[in-house]
Amino acid sequence: MHLSAHGHVTRFADRVEVISVSGDDSHWEDQLKSGWGTTRFFAAIEARKANSDLVLVDVMGAIVMSGKSQQQGLGAIVDTYAGRARNDDLGNDVSLALYKDMLRNRRIEEEIARRYTDQEMRCPVHLSIGQEAVSAGVCLALDRQDQIVSTHRAHAHYLSKGGDLKAMLAEFHGKASGCCGGRGGSMHIFDVPAGVLLSLPIVGSGIPVAAGAALAMKQRAEPHVAVAFLGDAAVEEGVFHEAANFAVLHSLPVIFVCENNLYSVYTPLKTRQPDLPLERLGRCHGMPSITADGNDAEAVLAVTRSAVARARAGDGPSFLVFDTYRWLEHCGPNYDNDIGYRTPAEFEAWRGRDPLSRMEEHLRNNGILDAGKIAALEADIDSEIDIAFKFALESPLPGPGEVNVYA
Amino acid sequence: MPERARASRRLNAAAAILEATAQCMDADSSVFLMGEGVADPKGIFGTTLGLVDRFGPDRVIEMPVAENGLTGIAIGAALMGRRPVMVHQRVDFALLALEQLLNNAAKTHFVTNGVHKVPLTVRMIIGRGWGQGPEHSQVFDSVFAHVPGLKVVMPSTPYEAKGMMVAAIRDDNPVIILEHRWMHYAEGEVPLQLYETPLIGPALVRQGDDLTIVASSYALLESIEAADHISEAGIHCDLFDLRIVRPLDLSLIIASVRRTGRLVIVDTGWKMFGVGAEIMAQVTEACFHDLKASPRRLGLPDHPTPSSRGLATTFYPTAQSLAETIAALIPEAAHRLAGPIKALENLRLSVPVDVPNPAFRVPF
Repeated sequence: MHLSAHGHVTRFADRVEVISVSGDDSHWEDQLKSGWGTTRFFAAIEARKANSDLVLVDVMGAIVMSGKSQQQGLGAIVDTYAGRARNDDLGNDVSLALYKDMLRNRRIEEEIARRYTDQEMRCPVHLSIGQEAVSAGVCLALDRQDQIVSTHRAHAHYLSKGGDLKAMLAEFHGKASGCCGGRGGSMHIFDVPAGVLLSLPIVGSGIPVAAGAALAMKQRAEPHVAVAFLGDAAVEEGVFHEAANFAVLHSLPVIFVCENNLYSVYTPLKTRQPDLPLERLGRCHGMPSITADGNDAEAVLAVTRSAVARARAGDGPSFLVFDTYRWLEHCGPNYDNDIGYRTPAEFEAWRGRDPLSRMEEHLRNNGILDAGKIAALEADIDSEIDIAFKFALESPLPGPGEVNVYA
Repeated sequence: MPERARASRRLNAAAAILEATAQCMDADSSVFLMGEGVADPKGIFGTTLGLVDRFGPDRVIEMPVAENGLTGIAIGAALMGRRPVMVHQRVDFALLALEQLLNNAAKTHFVTNGVHKVPLTVRMIIGRGWGQGPEHSQVFDSVFAHVPGLKVVMPSTPYEAKGMMVAAIRDDNPVIILEHRWMHYAEGEVPLQLYETPLIGPALVRQGDDLTIVASSYALLESIEAADHISEAGIHCDLFDLRIVRPLDLSLIIASVRRTGRLVIVDTGWKMFGVGAEIMAQVTEACFHDLKASPRRLGLPDHPTPSSRGLATTFYPTAQSLAETIAALIPEAAHRLAGPIKALENLRLSVPVDVPNPAFRVPF
């Protein structure tokens, strides 16, 4: 029996996932070895016994429903269980908002890369080009009072959440008008009114801080949520599991967003972790966990909305894995596919799945965008970027003197 | 003061800490407690006993054994305006939380240019005796004090234990309270009302012109014992309870050494790279020409704490070893100090080395 899960993406709805069961009987062991997981494996066996080809499994591996796809359809089963209508079509306004956010982040990052050699931005920069769909989709699902905690690769998260562009660029330039007054550099950007609580450059360090923000929200009975952005390496840190355990135990309104870009600096995921789905690490703590296409902003938005709704309802945390790819070097403005840690072919394959181009194509096909409208959007963004860089360059450096060590 | 006497009673430091915590939680609903054992039947040596019944499990959180993660969670809550109090039954357990403490707790106010505050209190208990050994009796005052942004305080008496606890909870900075397990047994007058003692500067606990002694935490109790004995021989010291390791304010101590010309520092932790080394450096820089003798430090020897009481006999500075150091520092008084030193030796030999000295329950 071949167990097909349509890639590894499964339909997410509250505490369940959907497994589709189809094909011949020859690949059972291969599927198990390939990390499909015993939960799914045994669920598939049960489904087969019950002559079903779709099965819903809860987070602890129990089958909650099964059926024939031709009778009910995948979505219908999920929606029957979740008790709500599907929302397949996010609407063109939402798609356009996602596109604009990604376009703006792309052009800001490209301009940072272009100007980096001027040596006016004298701090490390970790650019997000190629990963824009994650910040766009996640942050569009959030309200302003919701909090995010970001990482060393913080620019896109900060901007998508509504962080001030001028204050960010001024910080990169080490200026007094920077969001940290020149104390932090690019890896510590934050914006309190926008709900960018902190960015922290030690891998995993921000995860419990976001959970702690969620604890405060819960203690004050506020309807807000906190998001911890993390990378694929952060789940190797003990602190991820410590925070996840506590968040589930106390049903904290926190969402763990794992941006899997396949590399920790130059070291590939396969060198660092067994070849198993990352999402299992959330599930083993007992929280709904799903992997989605991190280069599809609509998919990111859809799963994040589910997780946000769950958190706001007091049902606790979720773990979201978004597969994506960093186009430029780990730190700095250059492409580095020539130095040998990854292949140009791999990069080209991922560039073929460019989140921005895909959304543009979708919007063009729907008649929402055309060359003229895109050019107008780009001109607006470029004008904003120019003004922000001018502000950063013209702002004064902070002088030696008062530092706020103690409140 | 009759007013104060009516409103205070004798408590040991453990009870004083419990009272401070309960009163702060009563007064401010943003205060909550978390720690391994805060809600268990022993209640962190009695210092959290009964709080879970009174304030409920949402404010007295029995935490998973995950020191770094839970410290980060406390920091996140503090950033959002809560006032978490975390407790570690041993300082040694808090080593797992160094990343969060030394980075996020210590630096966030600075890095956000004063926008964020981290009103976090972390109690860490220093173990000693009954074979606690190498990893249940470390102090690490100088490790935490090394990092700008943390406040590090070391109460030595029940009065300070309550006052510092209240001040730490109300402070908008991360405050680490290094709390000696043997200090828990010390008894003294503790006002009933909610009060705080300032988180800056030492306290002068004995006055004299012959030398200056600086001691922290349990070492203060030994030092008081020594100071009282040598005063019978006519040697009088300024004895400072260091109280606050960071921010370190040495102005009173420097003024004292300018007058006495002699300085002995008694560390609770290791002598090498200890807090005493920093104090000695700053005092010497400030009043080199006033010194009549080379300043001296007492502290733990340059090896881990042994478990066996056989090996621990000479491990900790004592009132006796301090008196001997003073005799060496004031050679002309050596013969007069022979009697007090003998008396202190007899006192020390009267109790095992691995339990608290019952004499230290006297008023402070």
